Amino acid sequence: MNQPYPRLPGFKYFRPDSTREAVEFLSEHANQSRPYIGGTDCFVQIRDRKFLPEYLVDLKGVAAYHRLSFSKEGLLIGAAVPMNTVANHPEIRARYPVLVEAIREVGGYQLRTRATVTGNLCNASPGGDTIGPCLVYGTEALVAGSDGERTVPLTEFFKGPGKTCLEPSEIVTALRLPFPPKGAQGVYRSIGRNKLGDLAIAAVTVLGYPETDNPSGFAFKISLSAVAPTVIFAEEAQALLAEEALNRAAIERASDLCARACKPIDDIRSSAEYRRDMIRVLARQGLEETCKKLGIVI
Amino acid sequence: MEKLAITLTVNGSEEELLVPPNLTLLHLLREELALTGTKNGCEAGECGACTVLLDGEPVNSCIVLAAECEGKHVETIEGLAERVGMRKLQEAFMALNAIQCGFCTPGMLISAYALLQRNPAPDELEIREALVGNLCRCTGYDRIIGAVQQASREEEPA
Repeated sequence: MNQPYPRLPGFKYFRPDSTREAVEFLSEHANQSRPYIGGTDCFVQIRDRKFLPEYLVDLKGVAAYHRLSFSKEGLLIGAAVPMNTVANHPEIRARYPVLVEAIREVGGYQLRTRATVTGNLCNASPGGDTIGPCLVYGTEALVAGSDGERTVPLTEFFKGPGKTCLEPSEIVTALRLPFPPKGAQGVYRSIGRNKLGDLAIAAVTVLGYPETDNPSGFAFKISLSAVAPTVIFAEEAQALLAEEALNRAAIERASDLCARACKPIDDIRSSAEYRRDMIRVLARQGLEETCKKLGIVI
Repeated sequence: MEKLAITLTVNGSEEELLVPPNLTLLHLLREELALTGTKNGCEAGECGACTVLLDGEPVNSCIVLAAECEGKHVETIEGLAERVGMRKLQEAFMALNAIQCGFCTPGMLISAYALLQRNPAPDELEIREALVGNLCRCTGYDRIIGAVQQASREEEPA
């Protein structure tokens, strides 16, 4: 366990009111500044002296980052929208229930008044709760930097534990989630050291939907969290469930493939062996429940 | 370190202050304003002892910068104590012995108060989920959950 210092170290505080101002400042002070929104990971890391920025750049001053809106293509979540706001939105609960399920696992209610989905992604913990659901929903990150704007599919966003593809001057301004495929159902299943509130020591996200092109009649996206340097897809399990008739045996084999796909480590919270075993259990439970929601009799 | 001028409302009173950028809302409340009802448990946003309402929503004040509170409304346990909804909770906590050392209590009450404002009739799981961010080392939580249930069931006082 970290021995926290009692106070935050000194820094200067800057609050831009536009993307241009934010990006210019971050370019001029590259490697000396840290952008933040909710601060729920950032302040803890600064207090632990994991990094010591000269400037903290508060992105909540940019009005556009507070947007939460639907378009013909899907959902836009501005970078500064708190998790509670996302999770309480009736249409998001209806259309992206797996993301809402994962948000409710993050910390406690008062943490989620400040924490953001964008921040959870940018923190890039191998076990960040919202990462798996964002991946299965096909999320893209809208990025702005000194070289202009770009759109990064979340599948290309993560480079390792705590590492993203963002350059020093770059920030994520919003997340774009396409509408899920018609008839999609899914679950987020995680396990911690207690029933409520602990972070995930292993987690599985399942999204299944009708797909007439597949021999099984369905397609599945399965992501595994806290068991590899980044959140990963269980590709072999996904392929099996696309090809084979969906029954209990297929789900058992798919769960086994999920257990074999993961590369867990021993750490202070859990052992690799336990994590692998739990991935198998969580995958099975997640697939059974998703099949039930899809009306598949297994 | 250059200080920043901020104006914020704390328990209904406007406060104009000069604060260093690294001062958290928690330290501002306790040290600048002598509002020591809000407690410092972990300085990491995990224990909830520092919970206050910021623009009506509960936050961990230990991971909010004072500088971010320009123009905002902060309510601490001192300011909420006379609200009817809070008094019902306080009386239920006392009646059900949901307080031992008392350190978690202000944060528990604020989280519970915020819950009942948004969900006046929560079930047990909803109460537990709402209080996940408030740790108690003394009571084992059951009496706290029971007190919130009792407060949610009581009629408004005449």
